[in-house]
Amino acid sequence: MSTTTNTTVQIHRVYIKATPEAIWEAITSPEWSKKYGYQAPVEYDLRPGGAIKGYASPEMMEHPGTPEVILEGEVIECDPPRRLVQTWNPLWIDEPATRLTYEIEEGPNGVCSLTLTHDVTNAPQTADQVAGKLENAGGGWVQVLSDLKTLLETGKSLYS
Amino acid sequence: MTDDDKVFKALADPTRRFLLDLLFARDGRTLTELESELAMSRFGVMKHLKVLEEAGLVITRRSGREKLHFLNSVPIRLIHDRWIDKYTEQQVAALSDLKAELEDEDP
Repeated sequence: MSTTTNTTVQIHRVYIKATPEAIWEAITSPEWSKKYGYQAPVEYDLRPGGAIKGYASPEMMEHPGTPEVILEGEVIECDPPRRLVQTWNPLWIDEPATRLTYEIEEGPNGVCSLTLTHDVTNAPQTADQVAGKLENAGGGWVQVLSDLKTLLETGKSLYS
Repeated sequence: MTDDDKVFKALADPTRRFLLDLLFARDGRTLTELESELAMSRFGVMKHLKVLEEAGLVITRRSGREKLHFLNSVPIRLIHDRWIDKYTEQQVAALSDLKAELEDEDP
């Protein structure tokens, strides 16, 4: 899974008919993150060095032994509503933290592109998880981003 | 052409589906790497990659002097959410399981 440069990166892009501000808000506010994808609310302290904490969704909590906090990270770069760089450390996977970059670009007709680059170098399990390659572990970023699009464009999640 | 049309058109070609399978197996390949897997001219491969890129199925990124190609499966997911979910995913899953099982029995 390595390239000639020896880094492993996944890139996902989705076009959303919404303002950059709305997309930014949907990524960084727990009131939004609990509404789509895995429905786990994620809290951001939006400044470089700020903490990121993801909490188990009610559905996840139904499984005995699920901890309250399931995801940790740190904000590296924060340029609202265009660019967010952060570390991403799912606590159920015993691997080093990986790096996420969200980029929001405004296009014509009120459509923005949201590009998520996940550097999963040296984290093969994390790579499989977020690529949706593990059984019973959901569809990864592809599922999260398509649901984010659906929620922002229609006001309703695919899974609500 | 709508975005969906571009995706369906891009998928309606065996070489382009093969390119997507290559990137699914290992992401971030150069044109030279992809070309080496196909009995086709460099320009032919470039043309197919361009169609995939325009459909949003392939994203390129520069890394030093190289241009790397990445699979973006979000557009396929959107079609899945739009079409497959709607027409009773369970039945589709049962049929595709049956197909896989029957084909497995062949020597």
